[in-house]
Amino acid sequence: MATFIAIVLAAVLTQNFITTKTYGICPFLGVSKDTKSSIGMGVAVTLVMVIATAVTYPVYEFVMVPLGIEFLEIIFFIFIIASLVQMIEKVIQKISPSLYNAMGIYLPLITTNCAVLGVCELVIGDMSAILGAGVEMNIGWAVLYALFAGVGFTLVMIIMSGMREKISCLKLPKAVQGFPISMVTASFICMAFTVFSYIA
Amino acid sequence: MKNIKKITLDGLIFNNPTFMLVLGTCPTLGLISSASSALGMGLTVVFILTLSNVIISALRKIIPNEVRIPAYIVIIATLVTFARMLLEKFLPDLYSSLGGFLALIVVNCIILGRAEAFANKHNVLESAVDGVANGLGFTWAITVMGIICEFFGAGSVFGLKIMDFSIGVFAKPAGAFLVYGLCIAIFVQIMESVQRALRVKKAKLTRESLLSANEAKEVA
Repeated sequence: MATFIAIVLAAVLTQNFITTKTYGICPFLGVSKDTKSSIGMGVAVTLVMVIATAVTYPVYEFVMVPLGIEFLEIIFFIFIIASLVQMIEKVIQKISPSLYNAMGIYLPLITTNCAVLGVCELVIGDMSAILGAGVEMNIGWAVLYALFAGVGFTLVMIIMSGMREKISCLKLPKAVQGFPISMVTASFICMAFTVFSYIA
Repeated sequence: MKNIKKITLDGLIFNNPTFMLVLGTCPTLGLISSASSALGMGLTVVFILTLSNVIISALRKIIPNEVRIPAYIVIIATLVTFARMLLEKFLPDLYSSLGGFLALIVVNCIILGRAEAFANKHNVLESAVDGVANGLGFTWAITVMGIICEFFGAGSVFGLKIMDFSIGVFAKPAGAFLVYGLCIAIFVQIMESVQRALRVKKAKLTRESLLSANEAKEVA
């Protein structure tokens, strides 16, 4: 139970993917113009992160480590992620066309999202700081971490989209429009999230 | 030759991947809290981008159009694995300071973007120049921001202590976002005034040539 709470707090608040690790900034700045599309993107990213971790972690642990080919992890992982994204796209298209219309356009973008490859790389690395002493990493914790990292990502996306909707009503100098003002906004969100690091 | 000069200037300044196109933001924001790791990241990207551009441009007639993206990703992933092994062996300090961002070069939009937008349409020499120019454009931008962030965040530049003060927020992603945003704004503003000045100069030149042509007519 303590490990569960530690993982949830770390993934969502204290070590949030966007505000502390700066993973997945491209969709964060690109698709956060309105709340609806940022929720769609957040859910799509979370889904892919969970499924990708659930596939790559066993592949690494039970295939690559026994064979001694850990050095090929990047090539393996990016290939698994790219094919998974294609597969998920086809499955969603078949099962639920309305869901596909809502998030289909975001799915292909996810292949080149650092957050997905980032979480796959993180869970095979040293996670003892989050898990606590004496807890072994296993696939359950890995998938849980991926799920809540995705939830943290979605949370920051939604906060950002709300602030950007407000900012779009302002009259700004030409040089700060677009990316500069979004980055300054993101900076304040990061400052707010820094406070959470004191609870750990 | 003129083409090569244009490609170089585009990559370094007019289409700078960091400031004008805002690509490859994750490693930029993650590493500019220290100038030396920012420079190291920049040079690693120069290495990978140049090689990937050359290989993709050399294979552009062989790779079928339908599977080009997976093919590019495999080429880039191989180069990243290669770079990671070299860094781990020869520059272990840089390897540990880059951390997870080294593996994430695979999904860096600059590299895939150059492959898709440039290398699959141009010859090997032009692609190599484009790779070096864009890589160096990324490198100078990320290093300048690294110097700013490290100076305010730790009072030092490239690890050398300059002043005894530190503003903690600049060593965190919050400061990185702030510096990046303001740098883009300043760069865009400078580029606009430069382009305006160029336009004025051009207009003046055409006016002068017209006037002199008129004078010549009158004399005749």
